[in-house]
Amino acid sequence: MDVSPDAYRLKSGGRIDRTSRLAFTFDGRRYKGLVGDTLASALLANGVRLVGRSFKYHRRRGILGFGVEEPNALLTIGRGARAEPNTRATMVELTEGLEATSQNRWPTLSLDLQAVNGLAGRFLGAGFYYKTFKWPPAAWTGLYEKVIRRAAGLGRASHAADPDRYDKSFAFCDVLVVGGGPAGLMAALVAGRAGARVILANEMPALGGRLRYEDRRIDGRGAALWLGEIERELAALANVTLLRRTTVFGAYDHGTFGAVQQLAGTDERLPRQRFWQISAGAAVLATGAIERSIAFAGNDLPGVMLASAAQGYLFEHAVVAGWRPVVFTTNSSGYAAALDLVRAGIAVQAVIDNGPVVDSATARALHEAGVPLFRHAVVERVLGGRAVGGVVMRDELGGRRELECDQLLVSGGWNPTLHLAAHRGGRPRWDDQLATFLPPPADGDLMPVGAAAGRFALEDCLADGAMAAVDLCRRLGHAARTPTLPQTDEAEAYRITPLFAVEGAGAKAFVDLQNDVTVADLRQAAAEGYRSIEHAKRYTTLGMATDQGKTANVTGLAILAEALARPVAEVGTTGFRPPYTPVPIGALAHHHRGPHFAPVRRTPLHAAQAARGAVFFETGLWLRARYVPRRGEDMAAAARREVQGVRAGVGVVDVSPLGKIELGGADARGFLERLYCNGMATLRPGRARYGLMLREDGMVLDDGTVWCFGEGHFMVTTTTANAAAVLSHMELYHQHFWPELDVQFASVSEQWAGLAVAGPQSRAVLQRVVDEPALDDAAFPFMAVAEGRIGNVTCRIARISFSGERAFEVYVPAGHAEALLDCLLEAGAVDGITLYGLEAMGTMRIEKGHVAGAELDGRTTPRDLGLGRMQSRKKPHVGSALRDRPGLTDPARPVLVGLVSVDPGERLRAGALLVPEGAEAVQANDQGRVTSIASSPGIGQQIALGFLAHGRERVGQRVDAVFPLYRERVTVEVRQPCFMDPDGERLRG
Amino acid sequence: MRYSVWSLIRQGLAGNRGWPEAWRDAAPKEHYDVVVVGGGGHGLATAYYLAALHGVTKVAVLEKGWIGGGNTGRNTTIVRSNYLLPGNEPFYEHSLKLWEGLSAELDFNVMFSQRGVLNLCHSDAQRDVFARRGNAMLMMGADAELLDREAVRAMVPGLDFTSARFPITGGLLQRRAGTARHDAVAWGYARAASALGVDIIQNCEVTGMVREGDRISAVETTRGTIRADKVGLAVAGNSSRLAAMAGLRLPIESHVLQAFVSEGLKPWLDTVVTFGAGHFYVSQSDKGGLVFGGDIDGYNSYAQRGNLPMVEHVAAGAVALFPALGRVRLLRSWGGLVDMTMDGSPIIDRLPLANLYLNGGWCYGGFKATPASGWCFAYTLARDEPHELNAAYRLDRFASGHLIDERGAGPQPSWH
Amino acid sequence: MRITCPHCGSRGLAEFTQQGDASPLRPDDDAGEAAWVDFVHFRDNPRGEHRELWQHVLGCRAWLVVTRDTASHAILRVEAAADVRGRPRGWT
Repeated sequence: MDVSPDAYRLKSGGRIDRTSRLAFTFDGRRYKGLVGDTLASALLANGVRLVGRSFKYHRRRGILGFGVEEPNALLTIGRGARAEPNTRATMVELTEGLEATSQNRWPTLSLDLQAVNGLAGRFLGAGFYYKTFKWPPAAWTGLYEKVIRRAAGLGRASHAADPDRYDKSFAFCDVLVVGGGPAGLMAALVAGRAGARVILANEMPALGGRLRYEDRRIDGRGAALWLGEIERELAALANVTLLRRTTVFGAYDHGTFGAVQQLAGTDERLPRQRFWQISAGAAVLATGAIERSIAFAGNDLPGVMLASAAQGYLFEHAVVAGWRPVVFTTNSSGYAAALDLVRAGIAVQAVIDNGPVVDSATARALHEAGVPLFRHAVVERVLGGRAVGGVVMRDELGGRRELECDQLLVSGGWNPTLHLAAHRGGRPRWDDQLATFLPPPADGDLMPVGAAAGRFALEDCLADGAMAAVDLCRRLGHAARTPTLPQTDEAEAYRITPLFAVEGAGAKAFVDLQNDVTVADLRQAAAEGYRSIEHAKRYTTLGMATDQGKTANVTGLAILAEALARPVAEVGTTGFRPPYTPVPIGALAHHHRGPHFAPVRRTPLHAAQAARGAVFFETGLWLRARYVPRRGEDMAAAARREVQGVRAGVGVVDVSPLGKIELGGADARGFLERLYCNGMATLRPGRARYGLMLREDGMVLDDGTVWCFGEGHFMVTTTTANAAAVLSHMELYHQHFWPELDVQFASVSEQWAGLAVAGPQSRAVLQRVVDEPALDDAAFPFMAVAEGRIGNVTCRIARISFSGERAFEVYVPAGHAEALLDCLLEAGAVDGITLYGLEAMGTMRIEKGHVAGAELDGRTTPRDLGLGRMQSRKKPHVGSALRDRPGLTDPARPVLVGLVSVDPGERLRAGALLVPEGAEAVQANDQGRVTSIASSPGIGQQIALGFLAHGRERVGQRVDAVFPLYRERVTVEVRQPCFMDPDGERLRG
Repeated sequence: MRYSVWSLIRQGLAGNRGWPEAWRDAAPKEHYDVVVVGGGGHGLATAYYLAALHGVTKVAVLEKGWIGGGNTGRNTTIVRSNYLLPGNEPFYEHSLKLWEGLSAELDFNVMFSQRGVLNLCHSDAQRDVFARRGNAMLMMGADAELLDREAVRAMVPGLDFTSARFPITGGLLQRRAGTARHDAVAWGYARAASALGVDIIQNCEVTGMVREGDRISAVETTRGTIRADKVGLAVAGNSSRLAAMAGLRLPIESHVLQAFVSEGLKPWLDTVVTFGAGHFYVSQSDKGGLVFGGDIDGYNSYAQRGNLPMVEHVAAGAVALFPALGRVRLLRSWGGLVDMTMDGSPIIDRLPLANLYLNGGWCYGGFKATPASGWCFAYTLARDEPHELNAAYRLDRFASGHLIDERGAGPQPSWH
Repeated sequence: MRITCPHCGSRGLAEFTQQGDASPLRPDDDAGEAAWVDFVHFRDNPRGEHRELWQHVLGCRAWLVVTRDTASHAILRVEAAADVRGRPRGWT
């Protein structure tokens, strides 16, 4: 049977465009809606009542709410990589071609076999899973959990990459107004008129809040006219920014707020959402209130709806989900809702009120319209199998009566939306009069107003918003005038006769619809000792579903309080934490995704090396040339050739990423003397020195070189990995600990690009390029430094060596780096100069026994590294006070050694551990580790560096390098860490 | 009452009205042999093992709020023993073994799910570091496997193998590791301890300590003064405050660590994955939410809530690792107060007083340690000497320099 | 969180790094190991007012002494570390 797309839509009214139809599908079936519909209103207009299955018992569920509070209508929108599970139909603006699919059912929504859980429901009470599935232990992971996981969960997420983009904006304002209902609009208007920078964030596309969903008059006219005027004035104020479809999801420290904006439009090339980081001088929280339901038997059947939601669908979409509704209310707003429906021509069957007889205008009007009013009465049970067909009403004497209806509208009262006000830790307060929680008292820059502060009357909302803005503006130094407040029509003051659960029904009465938490579950939790609201919540899962208990929490804790026979105020509420509503992770990550997760650092020589065929790899944030293959070479072959090229002739490698810090000042030397553990007092101008920095705890922080250009003028280099950390370290000591020192320094890492020129022919080749200085051994010996000149370009040169060969580091301003490389390659062409990468550089440093990142892992002392003698005993330095503690000087600490496999054919691996030869691979035998390996062309086999207990005394002995992960064992011989030219003849000669 | 299918059926037929209290809600007595301050998993486990293994049953657990309300209920529920250093690994491996039998031992399903923990690596250098750790784990009796890129791809659908800033090159897998239901750990230990006579006293905040010479003779609480022969602190996040009541300073700073959960999804991720290049870890709870986290916010805090930069950073890590997560929604975030020590490893030791003991400094790692932590702390309290499993977790290691620094970060908590 | 850098004005948390308690000063070089162990490893770690070191690392790079409440995160005072003990010589 096909239902007309307008079967449940009035002929007039609403804010939809009746001329523009939109096609959409739900579970594959085609429907039509109108421009201005939400997915929820369009489904209701088409007569769709069953929209989902509940989490645990797979019960049939329909649309309960109108906005963010919706617990039932969670659908998957879109398909494939764009599928978005768990989307509230109430918050989806209908678009042409929209595809919606129901969730958590098999095989179909109307026939869900897991509904059998409902039959076993009595055995699946609160926390049943804690009490069984314990045996045998392995069966939990292997069996029970698998079944439970499949049954649990809601929507299905794709594994395909999210194809959409997200944006981030920073915004600053004096006053952030959250919520564009009457209170928020007044606040924005007053603050805007006063000249304050205002951001008004409105969750929905249109302004007005609940004013749109009620039949109210302001200043004698329909509220819509007033809204239009305000909107035009706000639009005209340049200092007011209006963010529509924007949810402020979190309040953080010092006036920082997070918000997510839905970007309207269907162009898939444009960002889908924007994350706003808003810094506000103060915030007006005009976030309104959310209606709650009442727990009674069958309160979850499709056709049970919040009364306020019915008003919303009526006024916004002209949709009527039931032609013959019954209204069950605890408070005055249910009457207003009933009256609005009556005026729209809907045959309200009855209003059932648990409270006493109150003579009010609404009640009189309903009476005049012929709507029966039942006081002191409750709905005990809903009738109907698949949807609401009637209710069983019970009066105060226990008399029962069946009423026929096609919809049950419920109002259990209103809960202020106080989430943001409590995000920073403030505790909400219980109010007996309103039977709900109020936000914590305003704490200066967070000011809840209107319904969010429990002041539900329209005139209070308008006044609150205006007064809050006046107050905040004055505090921020803007002269704000108290405006003449708009006149509102007469309305009944909010009154409530609190009722959370109806007693005496056998079937399940739901508190948390999405997580299927019942009144019985909460009472059981209390009986079992889960008496703290936090325990009860966690034990029953109350409020832990995707709706975060917006319609459930207050009801649940009132029921718990009753079960414990304690006042609600004493039981308290659970904490409120961001986000207010679920936020797509993509929006929070915004542009930091894929290749843009972290910046890529390239050296000034990147393009020049790429042009020469270099293969790059990641080292931290840097992309660095690993090897520069010739045709047909793999990495091993290229690296071998590059090493041989350097050792036999000359090579050049990019060392630009090294950290470089330039220092000046009368105390620069003294500063370095304190920072490095080895002496810098005797470092003469024109000389460089290797330097080792310790942390205060005596462990090695970093190593590098110190270049002295003149008294009071130095440059130090750091490792690439520690460049930033060493700079901060130096800044801390200079600014905080030793402000008396006359020293200035700055990072020059990006300013100077560097090349190392290494090999027996390095001097000759470099001298062909460099005009000054002269580089002959006498004038420029090992460890000499100078500022020089290449043509008219300043350069810095040091004769230092990582490779063990005669070598130079030459730095030029970064813009000249490519020219320098070109010149060197051209000048060295006759000598067969080799452009080499980090693989060859690493091989050569291992051949020389130089330590690098694998050895400097933050747990090694200078002595571990074989550099113990570098530590000066003559001066205090950072790390000197604690370096001699027993834990650092224990002679059993593994120390740096060289290792080669006894059988050169056997492969060594970094990460292997060292045990005595033939000993079992167990911890008791653990004596050390292999940290770095290389295939050494010079030695003709693999060599390794590692740490071995008593290693220095064990040179020439054998140990086993075990790699239990691969069940490997290789017998290795212990060597000195320096495999090549231990006396340094090549590098000096 | 023993929990079982039969108890569920019996109680279900009776309308679930006959369930007894899981634990006695005790009122404080005047004196206890041992007062354990802190009703989180560690404190409750300590009390349980004191009673179960050491025959010490005159024990009170004092909880300022509700049991399990601190870090026990605020973590990402990961259980693993993939540590490098000999001071750590045997302890955590012991913990893992206790986890394996915990549901049966406590008669409470803590849902220990051995779904594996996979640490992804992104470079040869990182693989070497992981290899060393995996080898050390195997040599200490734990399990570990080194996976290559293809094995990782086959195991975990949805990882970015096409456009990642830090390409995945492999991973270190511990299959016996996994997750557990955090609240259940507190409740299960509470129930088992209570059954052995331990008093679990909630809403009882310690406000002071009565010191007589080098002894703590009693603790002052919001529910009166309670005398004790021995006092054990298990109050992670607040260790320094409690120690200060006894006039002591600790090598600890309190920091906030945020954690996050997504909306519920049908099974999407079957193992625990950690991102070696992005300080991000994620698993899927049995209820369907993806539970994930990252680094501490990086400033001292007692506020149990964090700020946006870390939220964004963690989200970026999520999307970098699993690009599909862009469409999945963050449901809740929360902050826990963690004791960050100066070497990143915990302390289980007697403090420099005759009868005051500390179990703290758990940094990021407290949840997985819960069983062994309680087991070792109970041993230390009962025998007044450390078990060999917690011998390295001495307080004087900071003076002697025998530090247990897994990250090699040095005495700077925000770097651990 | 926002910190008002004395040089740059109010800036967001993402521009800063924190490095713990600012109050302990480096002991004298000959103060003895115990004093140094205390300085390097031990902290008051109060709940409430805390003087701590922050660096405006993505800004002017000044180290700051920020007095902040560790329970509420409220910032009570921000000073350049260099100003607290006398501006370093040659430092502007």
